Amino acid sequence: MDKAVIEQEVREIADSWKGKEGNLIMVLHQIQNRYGYVPREVSLVLSEILDVPLARIYEVITFYHFFRLTPPGKHTISVCMGTACYLKGGAEILGELEHLLCVKPGETTKDGQFHLEVVRCLGCCGLAPVVKIGEKVYGGVKKKDVGDIITQYSEDSEAKTAA
Amino acid sequence: MVKAVINGLKVEVPEKTTILDAARKAQIKIPTLCKHPDSYLHASAACGICLVRVKGSKKMLRACCTPLEEGMDIITHDPEIVAIRRTVVELFLSNHPNECLTCGRNNNCELQSLVADFGIREEFYEKIVKDIPKDDSTGNIVLEPRKCINCARCVDVCQNVQDVWALTFLHRGFNTRMAPAGDISLADSPCVRCGQCAAHCPTGAIFEKDDTVLAWKALRDPEQYCVVQIAPAVRVALGEAFGFPLGANVTKKIYTALRRMGFKAIFDTNFSADVTIMEEASEFVERFAHKKGPLPLITTCCPSWVDFMEKFHHDMIPHFSSAKSPHEMMGVLVKTYYAEKNKLDPAKLKVISVMPCTAKKFEISRSHDMSASGFQDVDVVLTTRELARMIKQAGIDFSNLPEEDSDHILGDYSGAGTIFGATGGVMEAALRTAYSFVTGKKLPKVEFENVRGLKGVKETSIKIEGAEVKIAVAHGLANVEYVLDQVRKAQKEGKPLPYHFIEVMACPGGCVGGGGQPYGVTDELRTARAKGLYSDDEAQTVRCSHENPYVQQLYKEFLGKPLSEKAHHLLHTKYQPLPIYRR
Ligand code: SF4
Ligand code: SF4
Ligand code: SF4
Ligand code: FES
Ligand code: FES
Repeated sequence: MDKAVIEQEVREIADSWKGKEGNLIMVLHQIQNRYGYVPREVSLVLSEILDVPLARIYEVITFYHFFRLTPPGKHTISVCMGTACYLKGGAEILGELEHLLCVKPGETTKDGQFHLEVVRCLGCCGLAPVVKIGEKVYGGVKKKDVGDIITQYSEDSEAKTAA
Repeated sequence: MVKAVINGLKVEVPEKTTILDAARKAQIKIPTLCKHPDSYLHASAACGICLVRVKGSKKMLRACCTPLEEGMDIITHDPEIVAIRRTVVELFLSNHPNECLTCGRNNNCELQSLVADFGIREEFYEKIVKDIPKDDSTGNIVLEPRKCINCARCVDVCQNVQDVWALTFLHRGFNTRMAPAGDISLADSPCVRCGQCAAHCPTGAIFEKDDTVLAWKALRDPEQYCVVQIAPAVRVALGEAFGFPLGANVTKKIYTALRRMGFKAIFDTNFSADVTIMEEASEFVERFAHKKGPLPLITTCCPSWVDFMEKFHHDMIPHFSSAKSPHEMMGVLVKTYYAEKNKLDPAKLKVISVMPCTAKKFEISRSHDMSASGFQDVDVVLTTRELARMIKQAGIDFSNLPEEDSDHILGDYSGAGTIFGATGGVMEAALRTAYSFVTGKKLPKVEFENVRGLKGVKETSIKIEGAEVKIAVAHGLANVEYVLDQVRKAQKEGKPLPYHFIEVMACPGGCVGGGGQPYGVTDELRTARAKGLYSDDEAQTVRCSHENPYVQQLYKEFLGKPLSEKAHHLLHTKYQPLPIYRR
């Protein structure tokens, strides 16, 4: 990203919140909406513009699960850890996903294809354990199915990029 | 005053005194873990080990952050309280690696001491130690986040006392971890290496890089000729590691110990502090009396301050004294003057420094100017704490050592050189000499009491030949902004300068409170150490740097005049703006 462009965009966002209570959070919120995450270059510029140490900005970003430091993956995988899903082996499914994708919850795979996150009750406990990829819900997921489900998406994307 | 009862004992303390401090006055020790006794630090109330009970109720209070109130009846120890404290310690232990034997804080760790005091012999909780890598990117301050107990002292000191904001907490809950700003390496962060975080950390989670092995290696190498210097503030602090009273001056025992450790020559940074004054006072006189160069002039003995200025206040570069620190001046003088005089090959000379300071470890490779002799002028820097360890390793019974003298002439100092270790000391030493340089007269009274003491910013003025010299002395980097803003404001509005001469030391109290000094610093300790230095000053027959006959000899034999070309080449340096974040 071009620093001058970032600077202008961030300045606009920051200006609209100038002098308002809790503005750092709101500014970060808007930055995330704009870029999909909070890129490091943007934080550095913001630190200069608001005269807030980078340390404080990262305190806020890492404190709220809402904020992301890496670009969101193309597909967001949400693993339910609500009570029902947890009891039916949600943790095991999560473990398998972490293992296969080499990421922890909150992280995005190196190739940018998948973002893994943990959610509380998706409201379809009858299907537990539940995994959601994008908008598609998978119910009654078994550990051995996990690989196949993901492959579907990776192939899917490969096919698309090839085409 | 507040009257209350603690463990049945009547106590009377000033308002706002915490239960912890009030109890201490009644000889009752309440254990603490997150609270440091240093008044610069805030109570984070993070650990809960200091819980006490309001008598007859179930109510528990945190003694470290609750003020004693009129009529309170407090119980600090009963079986239930002790059991809770024990559990707190056990819980901390369950997230802490058992690596005491090889830890930088072995035998000197607050957590370890509590575990020992509570006699914990078995661990009942499942052990979960966070897997966070060590960060030794700076080469002087080492972070070992696995050993962090999240007490927040380092973050507090780095953000609020030093205003550097190199350290922070990331995430929350169990995942909370101490980390450099923005989760980069410490070397890429704004860290200025002052070591205040290390000096206050209760555990081995932050400590100085240990260079004792390097020093021993040099000492044992028959090819190397090892020379040592000790900084002003070391002499009044090292004794603490050997049971001497606070502020005891053990200079001559240190000389003896160093000689027995194998150093060929024992020099004193106090001597080169005198040389620094010759250069810096001349610089001041040039700018003040002869209007050559911008005022105010700002002192540069402290490498953390220099780094801080280059990162955060580089508009002030023209105001910085170009004089190197006494530490670096000694290095270059050993490898040039001393080497020539004694026909020694500077390539085989090793200069080892004992400093109260972690930043001095970084100063030796700060820029090319630190190799003005053609070799790196200082080879190894040890902190006071490291020297204490080396003396113990060498089997030297320090307390009973006879007293010996330093070596001639780089070990002969004036009283002005020794007070460099306390905040205001550099200023006082410089004024003593600047006065004489301008007036050609001897000062009737050499003490400048107004620049002494622990007030964060000290402002005063003195008269030299009818002209008023306005002065500011700041210590603790968070105090710098006020002083510099006064200057900027006056410059902008075209008003008369608020100050002509400014001294800054990064550490609260100056180097006596340095990041490499023995642990447990408080204002009481800073004052005691400073007092030790002022007594050393009083005990000297020569009290002004320019009157030091050996300094005069050095100029006569080698440097010529202050600010001469040779002096400039060897004893001065330049500054450059640096980015706050390297990444
Ligand atoms: S050394 Fe000083 S500046 Fe660096 S992290 Fe520690 S307290 Fe902050
Ligand atoms: S590193 Fe040390 S001082 Fe900092 S929070 Fe951890 S235990 Fe406390
Ligand atoms: S005040 Fe002294 S001990 Fe502290 S960083 Fe500066 S030179 Fe080092
Ligand atoms: S607990 Fe998983 S959907 Fe409700
Ligand atoms: S010492 Fe009081 S809460 Fe930690």
